[in-house]
Amino acid sequence: MERLQFELECEEEAAAPAGPPVVVGVVGSGNLEVLVERGAPVGRCRVVVATSARGFADTWRAVLEDFAARRRPSGLVLSVNDAGATPAVVTLRLDQAIEEYRGGRR
Amino acid sequence: MRPAALDRRSWREATARRRVAALLDPGSFAEWLPPAARVTSPHLAALDLPVAFDDGAVVGEGLLDRRRVFVAAQEGAFMGGAVGEVHGAKLTGLLRRAARERPAGILLLLDSGGVRLQEANAGLIAVSEVLRAVLEARAVGVPVIGLIGGAWGCFGGMGIVAACCDGLAMSEEGRLGVSGPDVLETVKGVEELDAADRALVWRTYGGKHRWLLGDADRLVADDVAAFRVAALELLAAPRPLELEALEAEHRTLSERLETFGGAADAREVWAALGVRDLDLVARCEPDELVRAEGARRRTR
Amino acid sequence: MTPAALLDALFPAGHSVRAAGPVLAGTARTAAGDVAVIGTHGAAEVGAEVAHRLAGELLTVLRSHPGRPIVLLVDTRGQRMSRRDELLGLAGYLGHLAATVGLARRRGHRLVAVIFGEASSGGVLPLGFMADEIHAVEGARPWVMALPAMARVTKLPLERLEALSRGSAVLAPGLESFLRLGGVDETWAPPLAPRLEAALSRPAGPDRRAEAGRERGGRPLAAEVAGRVVGGGGG
Repeated sequence: MERLQFELECEEEAAAPAGPPVVVGVVGSGNLEVLVERGAPVGRCRVVVATSARGFADTWRAVLEDFAARRRPSGLVLSVNDAGATPAVVTLRLDQAIEEYRGGRR
Repeated sequence: MRPAALDRRSWREATARRRVAALLDPGSFAEWLPPAARVTSPHLAALDLPVAFDDGAVVGEGLLDRRRVFVAAQEGAFMGGAVGEVHGAKLTGLLRRAARERPAGILLLLDSGGVRLQEANAGLIAVSEVLRAVLEARAVGVPVIGLIGGAWGCFGGMGIVAACCDGLAMSEEGRLGVSGPDVLETVKGVEELDAADRALVWRTYGGKHRWLLGDADRLVADDVAAFRVAALELLAAPRPLELEALEAEHRTLSERLETFGGAADAREVWAALGVRDLDLVARCEPDELVRAEGARRRTR
Repeated sequence: MTPAALLDALFPAGHSVRAAGPVLAGTARTAAGDVAVIGTHGAAEVGAEVAHRLAGELLTVLRSHPGRPIVLLVDTRGQRMSRRDELLGLAGYLGHLAATVGLARRRGHRLVAVIFGEASSGGVLPLGFMADEIHAVEGARPWVMALPAMARVTKLPLERLEALSRGSAVLAPGLESFLRLGGVDETWAPPLAPRLEAALSRPAGPDRRAEAGRERGGRPLAAEVAGRVVGGGGG
């Protein structure tokens, strides 16, 4: 397993509702789980990744920076357990996670 | 009205967490040791394998038709729903809490290959603790209902746990056994059972066969709403853990050995039950089978 | 240890335990009075018929001798692995056996298990591991799966598993591991009769295997996790 940590800068989300922690996805082959909680300073998002695929730190950074620019997860901590998901699946789960955290989907 | 099939939400395709949310009254579920508690497996970490924040077990309480129930759901997509130290302890804790707080029932959403081999010895003992806790909850009068319809079925020690429930509902796609098809083929060879022969696997372990023999009390469609209805019905009909009841069960199982003990295939069992159209069993919808053969199947 | 030697060592005052195929059953005299003896030998495979006979022996004791202590003798390599037993619903037979042991506890029968051979999987779960106390004589072999098979299933290299299992009660088969994990209470060396008498004289209590596993350093989390769920389990 490889452990990665990222501190992302992001604009503050205008209507940033605080909700209870949310988890989406499952730690199965080619999949991942994302846990969303409060806990980072305003204007920042912390992402902690444990991944079974070593050597993809740059890919993670690119995917996460794109996510931070699009979804502005200000003040949030995202914890990820990854079992070798592709960048597309990671993006999908991150989007699902933030939507569910903000109550946009049930 | 739209056809019911369009309204179906597949049990099999849902995650453990979604199954719980869809089964219970909306918004009523409160989880114990949720993912944010990060109680993960130290043994998987020691093997440098991925962990899950809930160790593949979702436990908590909620309302089922406004009655307080305790719920445990196994996530088959994580390690095949297999039971490790933490996963098993969450189930055992839920069952013990139920014996103390006496909810209207306990729902076990089973989806498990059995003992998690990466935690071999600890997993076996954990399953043993779950098994004992199920019987102790029943002993104080809290009904335990098993629901089987996930992709991993219910095997190994968890198959024994399922058989110890007050009531069991299965979908056609659900499977129940002790030694699963892959284990049988690996240990005994492909002549014993060809795990790639889906039709054979389903008529040996599948929900329809288990229902016809009386191991499962309800046969339902792969539909969250159907499982909910079955859970409500089964909660209303607990099996008392009493001497007379187990003596009756003993006679039922004795008769099963005498009647079907020589059968080599499920179709012989169904023929001996008096099922008229053997091909229909595989083909028809669960509710059709219940209508056509409900009077002929065995019950416990 | 052979069943005959075990029975003589456990019950010097005499017994009428007989083997019928893989099933052992009968009555034995102890200082505390008569006890029922039920179990298997010869590393028995527990299939539908054997499970049913074991449950039948238990039900006879429950019906005819309410409250009589029951000694469960364990020597099983696991459930019978066959398509025919699965077709018949082996889970149901093993579940019935486990429920019968559970009923015995509920009706006040003291349950003491003695592992004297192998103890594995679907053979030990519904009978021996359901007891109030689980002991093993020296040389007993509780296990889940041999390391080569475990390597195949888990896709971990055998050499790595062997190296890991040396320091791991979780992975290494055998009695030492199960003691550390709390799955076995004590190892018994001769003389066995006083050990059994002592076990039979203790009152039944709740399942404390997880606490034993924590105290012995084998299972760090089971007791705490179960306790947190029982006690509230928030955050």
